[in-house]
Amino acid sequence: MLCLLLRVLCTLVFHILRCLLAIHMGKYLLHRALQSSHSLKIIHFLVKTQPSTIRRSGDRVLWDIVLHHGQLRAPSQPKTTLPKITLDPWLQQAARLMQILHPVLESKTFSFSRPAQRHPRFHQGVFQQGHSLLQTRQPNLRPRRHSLQNAYCRKPLTAPLPPAVLLLCPTALMLWKVGAIQVTRWTRFLSTSSPAPALSVPQAAKPAKPFGYGYPILQPGYQNVGLSSGVQTSNPAYSGFQQFAQQYPGMNQLSSSLSGLSLQHSSQQPESLRPVNLTQDRNILPVTPVLAPVPNLSSDLRKLNCNPDSFRCTLTNIPQTQALLNKAKLPLGLLLHPFRDLTQLPVITSSTIVRCRSCRTYINPFVSFIDQRRWKCNLCYRVNDVPEEFMYNPLTRSYGEPHKRPEVQNSTVEFIASSDYMLRPPQPAVYLFVLDVSHNALEAGYLTIVCQSLLENLDKLPGDSRTRIGFITFDSTVHFYNLQEGLSQPQMLIVSDIDDIFLPTPDSLLVNLHESKELIKDLLNALPNMFTYTRETHSALGPALQAAFKLMSPTGGRVSVFQTQLPSLGAGLLQSREDPNQRSSTKVVQHLGPATDFYKKLALDCSGQQTAVDLFLLSSQYSDLASLACMSKYSAGCIYYYPSFHHTHNPSQAEKLQKDLKRYLTRKIGFEAVMRIRCTKGLSIHTFHGNFFVRSTDLLSLANINPDAGFAVQMSIEENLTDTSLVCFQTALLYTSSKGERRIRVHTLCLPVVSSLADVYAGVDVQAAICLLANMAVDRSISSSLSDARDALVNAVVDSLSAYSQTSSTSQQSALIAPTSLKLFPLYVLALLKQKAFRTGTSTRLDDRVFAMCQMKCQPLVHLMKIIHPNLYRIDKLTDEGAIHINDRIVPQPPLQKLSAEKLTREGAFLMDAGSIIYIWIGKSCENNFLKDVLGYPNYASLPQKLTHLPELDTLSSERTRSFLSWLRDNRPLCPVLHVVKDESPAKTDFFQHLVEDRTEAAFSYYEFLLHVQQQICK
Amino acid sequence: MEAVVFVFSLIDCCALIFLSVYFIITLSDLECDYINARSCCSKLNKWVVPELIGHTIVTVLMLISLHWFIFLLNLPVATWNIYRFIMVPSGNMGVFDPTEIHNRGQLKSHMKEAMIKLGFHLLCFFMYLYSMILALIND
Repeated sequence: MLCLLLRVLCTLVFHILRCLLAIHMGKYLLHRALQSSHSLKIIHFLVKTQPSTIRRSGDRVLWDIVLHHGQLRAPSQPKTTLPKITLDPWLQQAARLMQILHPVLESKTFSFSRPAQRHPRFHQGVFQQGHSLLQTRQPNLRPRRHSLQNAYCRKPLTAPLPPAVLLLCPTALMLWKVGAIQVTRWTRFLSTSSPAPALSVPQAAKPAKPFGYGYPILQPGYQNVGLSSGVQTSNPAYSGFQQFAQQYPGMNQLSSSLSGLSLQHSSQQPESLRPVNLTQDRNILPVTPVLAPVPNLSSDLRKLNCNPDSFRCTLTNIPQTQALLNKAKLPLGLLLHPFRDLTQLPVITSSTIVRCRSCRTYINPFVSFIDQRRWKCNLCYRVNDVPEEFMYNPLTRSYGEPHKRPEVQNSTVEFIASSDYMLRPPQPAVYLFVLDVSHNALEAGYLTIVCQSLLENLDKLPGDSRTRIGFITFDSTVHFYNLQEGLSQPQMLIVSDIDDIFLPTPDSLLVNLHESKELIKDLLNALPNMFTYTRETHSALGPALQAAFKLMSPTGGRVSVFQTQLPSLGAGLLQSREDPNQRSSTKVVQHLGPATDFYKKLALDCSGQQTAVDLFLLSSQYSDLASLACMSKYSAGCIYYYPSFHHTHNPSQAEKLQKDLKRYLTRKIGFEAVMRIRCTKGLSIHTFHGNFFVRSTDLLSLANINPDAGFAVQMSIEENLTDTSLVCFQTALLYTSSKGERRIRVHTLCLPVVSSLADVYAGVDVQAAICLLANMAVDRSISSSLSDARDALVNAVVDSLSAYSQTSSTSQQSALIAPTSLKLFPLYVLALLKQKAFRTGTSTRLDDRVFAMCQMKCQPLVHLMKIIHPNLYRIDKLTDEGAIHINDRIVPQPPLQKLSAEKLTREGAFLMDAGSIIYIWIGKSCENNFLKDVLGYPNYASLPQKLTHLPELDTLSSERTRSFLSWLRDNRPLCPVLHVVKDESPAKTDFFQHLVEDRTEAAFSYYEFLLHVQQQICK
Repeated sequence: MEAVVFVFSLIDCCALIFLSVYFIITLSDLECDYINARSCCSKLNKWVVPELIGHTIVTVLMLISLHWFIFLLNLPVATWNIYRFIMVPSGNMGVFDPTEIHNRGQLKSHMKEAMIKLGFHLLCFFMYLYSMILALIND
């Protein structure tokens, strides 16, 4: 008995061990065996051409052998003989296997095609092939042959199992069957380079000293300032600074002499490396908007490179090694705005889209043509053939100039994809509106605005003849609307069973927009008045969303949810988590993460069915945006938030909603999209930021894509980039346009590689770095805590500046030196710390904070920079000096002012562009001329407290101001609302909180922050 | 009696080993992109609680049967399991979250963890085996 038990156990252990070893050691054994087996020329080829592939995953080796088999007769010869390695028994076994396989691999008949992955049977098929190969050792075995041209697969398929494993262990085989390989429907799109998930090395991750502790003893001037209230401190704060500067004339002289020294140095250095003494140089902000640095490339490449508005990298000079990157203490990442509205976009229609055969990169301006018929991929360095069709240039109608094709002349192109890029016919545009009609919603009165906007824009909704539309309303029950063509009026169907929601008439709820237009208009006209006397205060958002999901899942599309309160019924109900007393707490900010996983699950379900959920939250109280936002975050939707919305009491919000809706309804939209980001071999992506679901290591699943969505990715350097001087990044966005076309938008960015730290600093794109840091800080504050995130931000400045001061030859211990490329870094970080998302000590509602975080994650760089660091202009004396001409309109370009109350004079009027809001601040003794000519009021006293429009007056200054304002408003994802702020109105606080260089009750002024940084560096 | 304790532990340990192997295989499937994050995580999350219970039972059993050394050996792993389970943020879908798993190298750390656990369970397995034989001989 005992004996039997023991034997069973021993066998079990033996099998487990074998299976484990086989699976996970097998890869490496195989690789070593490959290296040592002399009989395989293939290996030499592979080792020469694809070392990383071999190194990364052994089980891919076999596939590569097979894949490259056709290439073996190419002139690539083994140059070196590999050293003979004495094999241990395991290796011998593997080597024997290789010898068995050898004739098979050598035989020409063996062609591994790339079958469509969607057949689940495929894996089994290959698997059986492999098995029979092993058993029969037939060299002439003919496996199933698939057409290589038609089948389109997302990456070089790895053989499902290394045959070595099969040989070594039958148990493994069983286990692999258990871990059944599931192939998702959509993974066919967009090929990939070999996925290699990277270990994350967050730059600002090291534990930090708490920010705010150990601050140096302030100068008397500062201490006086500290006593006065936050809003009025601004001016005295700088008088304090002047005092300080006067008290230390010696330091001034020293540094001016040193700056003279450094000027001499700078003759050899690029401008971006010129050292700037931050504590001395008070006017670091340039008067013109900061532009993205231009990569240090040859002029040809520079001309071809991607527009920085669509594609930016935090370091325009990529460091050669991860060690160098770590030394620079700067984040490496990309900021993407892939679906931006473009005025000029080459659209290419051709039957074959030329792509690299191994990494599936699209042909781009940075590939090299070896000769007329072959091109070398710039991401994986594989040599590919130029297809016959590509030889003909449709633009010049000439033959034999592949390098003049539009694909090779433009780094941003759009391809019309063939049916290979579809798994189903392109979906129609489908829009579903889910509207809250509880008492609270009716009280806020948003329904009128939404219905009105929809009525106005019904014909402008992007779509074709198949466009479909539907409506769901909900309070404590869910209401559907039957809009089937032929009905005399819309039918309302009420489902009160919210625990088990069902669709009353599944096929007539989403109707064709054109066929049922009259019914839809009837409904939109009737809807605002239908629920006027409702007493229902509950909100069953969860069930309504479930219903929406059920309704949308056959087609996919866009769901727009309007919600005005905490969901209080059914699945996904939420409790209030905010403690109003904690709003201005400096210690812990809790509840930044979601309370339930309901919305996340729902979003993932929606994402799987190509449905995006956009959330409009119009609430007056806490509505737990942290939980609700999940429905949009993971389904690639967007989030709009209107705090304290009321149609009459808060007209500016109502106006904002109206304008946002207009943009929202009429902007471009792409459905069932996926985006893949490829980069040169050696680099890899380790974290993604934005609204989407990461489906595999480099594939983002975006149910919808809109022109206002921005993305960020963090990169790491996996292998040294020593043998290359250029790296390239390519994003490919495959989507279905609203007209039912499948399109691929490809952006390619090319950047130089550098080996010295100074060059890395010379190429810093400080705005991109700040946006990436903001994204990282949001992640950090959700996963860890807000104070951690703040510390990390401060450390980012401290680390990078101290790393720089160590490298620079001028060792000025007393001064805070930064290269010109980084001179705005501390200012921007301080601005970030004073953002609603990260500030502490100032009363901030939890929803406001969470919304600010959502914005950081999904806004494109240009817009996010305005939110972080608004632009301030003086507008009372606009001139045509330096004005630009756009469409016969003269737009004056006033210089940028520093964000400090010091710059605000009582005699002036200032305009602040803060992204989603524009303020015009009118000083107390502003000239009456300006008030009369621009605002239409005779004097300051007659100016009303709330003013949101500039009147159209027929004066020169009014014209100038309005053209400047409309220029600012153009090309903006959200139409900003204008607020005219009088110097003594209560709205002044909102304006003054954007003056980030000034001291507030809870936060440093810019100068204090610099001192703090300097002190941290010296430690 | 002691033999019974160890026979039970041994069986439990076998199950845990199998579970670890399953974890590793599923994670490496995800790494190689054979399955998507969603299905991988839902598969794995199902087994987090059984693993936790299985391991806690053995640990408690060792405490009750006064095998101090084995108990102390098991304690850190059991604590880690429970800690990890408790510390899952309320909005996540379990220890393995499909939206997070590709970010910040989580996949690699999960993989590493599963490997370490496998090693640990193998060690335990032989220890139980030895103890069981010893107990049976003594009987």
